[in-house]
Order: sequence, then C-alpha cells, then structure tokens
Amino acid sequence: MDFKLSEREELLRKSTREFAESEITPRIEAMEETGEFPLDLLKPMAKLGITGIIAPPEYGGVGLGYLARTIVLEELGRVCAAMPMSMQVHHMAIAALNDFGTEEQKKKYIPPLAAGETMGCVAVTEPSGGSDVLGMQATAVLKDDKWIINGRKCFITNSHTSNFWVVIARTGEGPKGLSAFLVEKDAPGAKQGRKEHKFGLRGSNTGELVLDNCEVPKENILGQEGGGLGVALKTVSESGRTGMAATALGILQSIYEEAGKFASERVLYGKPIAALQAISFYMAEIYTELDICRLLCYRASWMKDQNLRFDAESAMAKSYTCDAAARCAKKAIEIHGAYGIMKEYKVQRLLRDAMVTISAGGTGEIGKVVLGRAALAPFQKK
Amino acid sequence: MDRVIVCVKPVPDPKDWDRLRLDPVTKTLVREGIGSVINPLDKHALEAALEIKDAQGAEVVILSMAPPAAQPVLREALALGADRAVLLSDPAFAGSDTLATSRILAAAIRRLGPFDLICCGNYTLDGSTAQVPSQLAELLRIPNIMHVSKMELKEEKELIVTQKIEQGYMRLEAEPPLLLSFTKEANKPRFSSFLEILAAEKRELAIWTNGDLNLKESLIGLTGSPTQMADLLVRQKGRQGLRLEGDPEEIARLLVDKIHQMGLI
Repeated sequence: MDFKLSEREELLRKSTREFAESEITPRIEAMEETGEFPLDLLKPMAKLGITGIIAPPEYGGVGLGYLARTIVLEELGRVCAAMPMSMQVHHMAIAALNDFGTEEQKKKYIPPLAAGETMGCVAVTEPSGGSDVLGMQATAVLKDDKWIINGRKCFITNSHTSNFWVVIARTGEGPKGLSAFLVEKDAPGAKQGRKEHKFGLRGSNTGELVLDNCEVPKENILGQEGGGLGVALKTVSESGRTGMAATALGILQSIYEEAGKFASERVLYGKPIAALQAISFYMAEIYTELDICRLLCYRASWMKDQNLRFDAESAMAKSYTCDAAARCAKKAIEIHGAYGIMKEYKVQRLLRDAMVTISAGGTGEIGKVVLGRAALAPFQKK
Repeated sequence: MDRVIVCVKPVPDPKDWDRLRLDPVTKTLVREGIGSVINPLDKHALEAALEIKDAQGAEVVILSMAPPAAQPVLREALALGADRAVLLSDPAFAGSDTLATSRILAAAIRRLGPFDLICCGNYTLDGSTAQVPSQLAELLRIPNIMHVSKMELKEEKELIVTQKIEQGYMRLEAEPPLLLSFTKEANKPRFSSFLEILAAEKRELAIWTNGDLNLKESLIGLTGSPTQMADLLVRQKGRQGLRLEGDPEEIARLLVDKIHQMGLI
C-alpha cells in the first residue's frame, strides 16, 4: 500500500493551487455578489487542462484519471468551492458522453467541452425531487425522426452556462422506461427557466431547464433507449459523487487553514488562543476529519482509476466529506468567535458552501441508503 | 534563436519563511520541513525563454547548481515547457560563493555548446547578491543587461530590451549571444498545463558532476571562493528600558546626555 502521491500528482496540485490563488481569488467577491459563474475563466482553465482533465486525448482532453481530477478539484475548492462545483458537473457531462456516446456523439460534443468553449450539465432532478429518479415525469416521445421532450428540470448546476444538456426523460414505464438525451441549448422548445439564488456556492450557476415540446434529432439519444437509469446512476455515482466529495474536501482544507491561522494569531489571556486546550481540541478534530475525508476521497477515485466497483466507496466519500465540511466549518466559526460570522472572514462562506454540497449530487441520506445496503450485504440470507 | 539557457536556483519557499531558522552553531539555514521553489524571478526568466520558444521554436535548457534533492524543482521547470534540464551537483561544489558558482555555471554552458541567450532572474530571494548574472556573462565574455523589465523580439536574432535604470527606463537593441537578467515587471509567468506536466515526464533531466566539468578544485567550492563568511547573526529587535527621574529640566538634560553618549547626534 502506498499513500504517497506521485511527482505528477504533486505537480498537478501545485499548478492548480498557483492558478486558483492567482486567477480565481480576485473573482470571489464578484461571484459572491452576483451569483454568476465567471465564464471568462473557462478558457484559462481549459488551457491549464481543468475542463478536459478526464476527457480522452483523442477528443481533445488531457486523459488523466479520477485521482488526478480529485486533487485538481480539491485545490480549486480550497480557494473557491463554486469553481469545482461547476467543473465537476461539467466533467459529468463529459463522462456520460464518453461512457455512453456513439463515436459521432463523442467527436461532436466532447472536444468543445474539453476546450472550454462551453460547459456541460446533466439534468436529472425535477421539481418533484431528485432522489426518486423513477418518479421522474419528463417524457420523450419519438415522432417521425425526432424525439419530442416535455418536462421541467430543476436545481441543475450549469443550467444557464451550458450549450449541451444531458437530459433524462421517460420513454416508457418502470426502471427500463428512462432514456438519456443530448439536448442543445438552441433546440426548438429548449428554454432556460429560473435562475436560483443560493446562499452558498454562489459562483456556481444553478437553475431550471424547460423542455416545451422540445425537438431533438433521433440520433441524439445517449446510450440505448430505456438505458437512461444506467446513464444517470453511473454518472452521478462515479463522476458526480467523487466530484462533490472533492469539492467538499477543498472546503475542508480551507477550513483547516483558516482556523489554524486565526487560532495562532488571535491573542487572548496574553497568548494565542491555539494554546488553549479547548481550541487545540477543535483543531485536532478538524485535522482528523480532513485526513479521514482525504483518504476516503482519494481511495474512491483511485478505485475508479483501477476499474474497480466503487459505488459504496464513492457514496461514503461524498456523504462523509460533505457532512464533515459543514461540521468543521461550524467549529472554525466558533474558533473565530464573533469574527466568524462577519462577511470579511472566509469561514462564514465555507459554512454556506459546505451546506450546499450536502444535498447536491445525491443527498447524504441517499448516500447512506447505498452504504446501508453495502454494510448489510454480507449478512443477507439468499 | 536556436538555444536559450535559463539559470534556475531552488530557494526556500517564501510561504515558509516565517518558520525559517538559523542553526546557531553551523550558521546555516535549518531547511527541515521547508519547501523549495523556483526562485521567483527565475520564473520570469523562464517565461521569457518560453516566449522565444513559442515564437521561434528555440530549445530551452534549464541549468541549475544544487543538491540532488532539487530535482523536483527542475521537473517543475520542465513542466512549464523547458525542453531539458541539467542539474550540476557534486559535493565539491558545496560552499561555492557567487564567483565559484559562476565558474561552475560557465563551464556547464561551455559544455552544452552554442547558445543564443542566457536568461537569469535579476537576483535570488535567498542570497540576493545579484552577482551571478554579471560574473557569468564576464566569464563567458558576452554582454549582460540587468534589470530587464521588458523583452520584445524584433527579428529572429534581434531583441529590443527595456532596462530599468535609476531615473526611468532605457530601451536597448541587442543581438545574441547575450545574457539578460529579468525583473518581475518583464512578464507574467505561465502555469504548468496538465499536458506539459505529462510531457515533462519524458524530458531529460541530466545530473552533471565535476567529473563532467573538470574544474580545478582550487576554483570551486569553499576553497575556490574568495568570499569567506566571517559570521552570520540574526538581527535582534528589542528595547532597552531606561527610566529617567527628576524634574523636567533634569530629565531633559539626562536625555540629551544619553543621546550624546550613544553617539546618535
């Protein structure tokens, strides 16, 4: 067993950290105020390789694996979690295309996504909920040589910044009655609905997609007809959960740094508060949580890179890390005292951002459903 | 241009400087747990070289004299886009001052063969003597322009160089072979793209010892260094408490006497 990162992974981390600190930091205030994703950063991120990190080189990507992606997302999240949130969903669209697309679809859609010419999104959730995938109401009907899609998708990350949407809709009854479609933003009947105003991950765009008799060419079905559940589950479980976990891991790293710095600089009773045992215990807890989460996140991504089944591990990394980020953000705010709730201090943003990660990409509870099943599997009677 | 050489020095990471200590006995920096980075100004020198590579396809060679542990720093320079790197590493080089260092670098450059341009940072963050670029140019008998705040490519072998001088700026036309040392105004260093990080794994990182350079031991290392450090002290900051008593006139007189005594006036 080897816990040491390679020179390559260390360089990826260093380069992403330098990029994030220098190019993203100056944009955070505007993101917080406007709630807009800084689209002009897409090109520089593409130049670095962030947008196309997991896309195969033959489609213009870098062709790196999920552990590399996790490290990169973590470093972006350390500076501003809205960026990895948007990027990980962008990667989900690439992963869905790469896993289920035809050669023509891959050639057409992956290169512009990898090159940062546009963003991608995956639209599963509806107003009735996202956890209950089978309760989905959007429909797609084949009429002549076109699919006619009707429905509303909500809480979709990158909804208003993407040119291509991976949309799941009902084409029949039951679990085999869902199919995935590639919908272009300008398709007849495709509309962007309301833009949400979230209290966290402000710079990551979230909103509604409306499909009103939306016409999509017959060949824009992604995967097999009836295979939509597989597209949704594989994409959410693999790239979605690892991406969400990496985003929260970046938040957690930042929580650790902010809390450590403040505790070492703030003087009370004639010495830094870090010297108080109560504060050092808080730091010990944050430090431990950070390590647990990092190991969980890296293991899940590593398993993906090794082609191992890792649905339980990705659910564990996602649900534990997102929860831990929120728990630790609360502790960091307490270490800061009244300063912690002031907008000038970063920790309040870290709590808001961490809270958003909990329900995104499969709620913590859905993660636990997966984990409960895995935990009890050895004890089930056949 | 065909070949641009960039001299790079690994220095303690500025982010760790508040944790740097001086060993009271050996008078050397305690570098345990302190990361090494490319000297920040050397990144501007490298960026200038990479711009020439982008425009004219020149080969960019990294040259560094450092212990073998500096290899990751050179790998980073390769990941920024340099074509190959040479690390000059030998126990015989240890303790070299700026002149001995320049001799070693000059010997390595001669061994590398023909070049058009040598790019250096204007000074390093740790030593800050800013002596190596000029000494190196002198040893190689080529012109040196220091304090470069802008470099423009005019023709294939012609440069317009803006040099920062005391009263402003001076624009110079220059032709290779030439040594330029860069300030941070010169350009904005790029980030290592992930593709370059992957490509750098296949780029050559050679280690040359004095066996490759054949320099006399009297010219290198501690013995070859005319600068000998007598002592190194950590500046102590503090206040000497002194309480003057008496009536105001008396206190004033005591204070004036004290100031005279300390030679402050």
